Amino acid sequence: MSEQPKLRLLVGKVGLDGHDRGAKIVARAFRDAGFEVIYTGLHQTAEMVVNTALQEDVDAISLSILSGAHNHLFPKVIGLLKEKGAQDIQVFGGGILPDEDIASLKEAGVMEVFTPGASMKEIIEWVRANIKSRRLD
Amino acid sequence: MKKHDGQMKPRQSRNKDEWERTTLAEQLDRAGERPADFSTVSSLPIERLATSEDLDGWDPGTDLGLPGEYPYTRGIHPTMYRGRLWTMRQFAGFGSAADTNERFKYLLDHGQTGLSTAFDLPTLMGRDSDDEMAEGEVGKEGVAIDTLADMERLFDGIPLDQVSTSMTINAPAAVIFCMYLAVAEKQGVSFEKLNGTLQNDILKEYIAQKEWIYPPRPSMRIITDLMAFCTRHVPKWNTISISGYHIREAGSTAVQELAFTLADGIAYVQAGIDAGLDVDAFAPRLSFFFNSHNDFFEEIAKLRAARRIWARVMRERFGAKQERSWKLRFHTQTAGCSLTAQQPHNNIVRVTVQALAGVLGGTQSLHTDSYDEALALPSDDAVTVALRTQQILAEESGVTNTVDPLAGSYFVESLTNRVEREALDYIERIDAMGGIVAAIERGYPQKEIADASYKYQHQLEDGSKTIVGVNKYVAENETRPRILRIDDSVGHKQIERLARVKAERDADRLDATLAALRNGAEGDENLIPLMLDAVRAHATVGEVCQALVPVFGTYQESSVL
Repeated sequence: MSEQPKLRLLVGKVGLDGHDRGAKIVARAFRDAGFEVIYTGLHQTAEMVVNTALQEDVDAISLSILSGAHNHLFPKVIGLLKEKGAQDIQVFGGGILPDEDIASLKEAGVMEVFTPGASMKEIIEWVRANIKSRRLD
Repeated sequence: MKKHDGQMKPRQSRNKDEWERTTLAEQLDRAGERPADFSTVSSLPIERLATSEDLDGWDPGTDLGLPGEYPYTRGIHPTMYRGRLWTMRQFAGFGSAADTNERFKYLLDHGQTGLSTAFDLPTLMGRDSDDEMAEGEVGKEGVAIDTLADMERLFDGIPLDQVSTSMTINAPAAVIFCMYLAVAEKQGVSFEKLNGTLQNDILKEYIAQKEWIYPPRPSMRIITDLMAFCTRHVPKWNTISISGYHIREAGSTAVQELAFTLADGIAYVQAGIDAGLDVDAFAPRLSFFFNSHNDFFEEIAKLRAARRIWARVMRERFGAKQERSWKLRFHTQTAGCSLTAQQPHNNIVRVTVQALAGVLGGTQSLHTDSYDEALALPSDDAVTVALRTQQILAEESGVTNTVDPLAGSYFVESLTNRVEREALDYIERIDAMGGIVAAIERGYPQKEIADASYKYQHQLEDGSKTIVGVNKYVAENETRPRILRIDDSVGHKQIERLARVKAERDADRLDATLAALRNGAEGDENLIPLMLDAVRAHATVGEVCQALVPVFGTYQESSVL
């Protein structure tokens, strides 16, 4: 009997934004929920995040952005994943961002965006339902 | 007196214990209490009732004192808001230097005399607008400053001897300050006439806000150089605004905010003394900046305790002789992190309660947050409501008529004592580690805050703490208010301006000043005059900051989850 492998998630802070309260809470909640978690730490470029994701062979990247640069940074990470042939690494995230931007981010390939007030429980349930291990097939 | 037949003698318990056994016990038998968690937002348990017994050993003469007198528990001014209202200082800054300059002039024309400057994220990190990391962030959350030319545009037509300027910047604070000095020189204003405040509090960056360049120890050297320079040449300048605000926003408790902020203050004072400065020459130029969160009495207790602890630290620990060194002056801002994206108008009420706590806590100045801040940058309408909230407190509520109206309340005084005691416990622990710099290096305050914020998040999710509109009284189908957006063209234009300055400046002079700065850093020369030379030669913020990296190194946080 093979069990489903543990999900490996990268929690990333990209850009100069130093707000890490949410990222740290989410990372810790993922760990307590039984996922394997890698936290990038602060002030990463999109390239650094994607390289870490590849090296760590994660199933998904969860980005936290509170600087207002989300329309720039989410698509950049997704573009780099495609460039490196790793488009099967899913990208989702959260932060302070206006509703109307969420639709365009989803069009750009962001799977889900959580905004202030989202609960840890809700995020974890979403991950369980939507992120599949890449190491199954 | 007439005796009424059959009248019972009223029960009047002699003490709390007797009351608990009689009147209270009967009530609890009949009805009990709500199954609520009676504790503050920071999880400080709160007793049902405070009485005079909670103040055993507390001396109103020495522990409370009178307004304007040591230890300033009741406020630093004898008349408080009867003398002068607090300064209503709303923080602003956006887009290009010219946009913000226009806003400054508008505010000055309407009677404001204090300017408060918000810088964009790249500037706060010591990065130029053309830096790869700055992409998408130029001019978004504040004004973009790259060179002296931007600073000249920011203060164009504003005589610097007639305004006071607050600049919220930390890691590159000395560079921005040098640009301000260079603008003053060009206006023919002498440095002693300059009036204003630099935030310049690098220690809370490592603890909470996370906008750093160098490791803590070389950063402390730049700060002591700046304190020494200002003591001699810019005596009216407030050199550091020691900030608990960001510590709280990062998820700390009220006690942690107080303790870590005062521990930072202690480190700056010690650094100044170690650098050979007279404590009474620089301490009066230090000020503080606190958060005001939802828990009304806890916030008031925190602010009252802050004044008492600081007065005693300055007098007893550092031997400061002047009253001005003992007085803790502070700015308050309402808690951005308490605002909700859901039902945003509820935030107006939260801000009102928080602002009132700041006022009853004796603040010198106040920023009230805008109700739409959990959604995006504040809109004009929301900024106006925020300012009106302060004006209503000041001119309609009546709370300004008397000084420190809560003094002597069994509850407020005992809570003040309790918050003070718990903060002093933290400070003792930090002292035992070798001070806050050593504590930061081992991740201690960072871990304490992360634990507190994780715990609070769990309390929200299990419902033991309430946020109206988020985990209780949730509304379906909300409409969101209109929000302000900053155009990306602001960034493109800024990068073009920067390229022009770089093409036009004297490259040899620039290189010479940057080399001199690096050499100075290798020795123990005061770095401020050297930075001033570099910005006069049109060095960018990024170039000045990078010039010191070979000597000082850069800071890498070992992330604590």
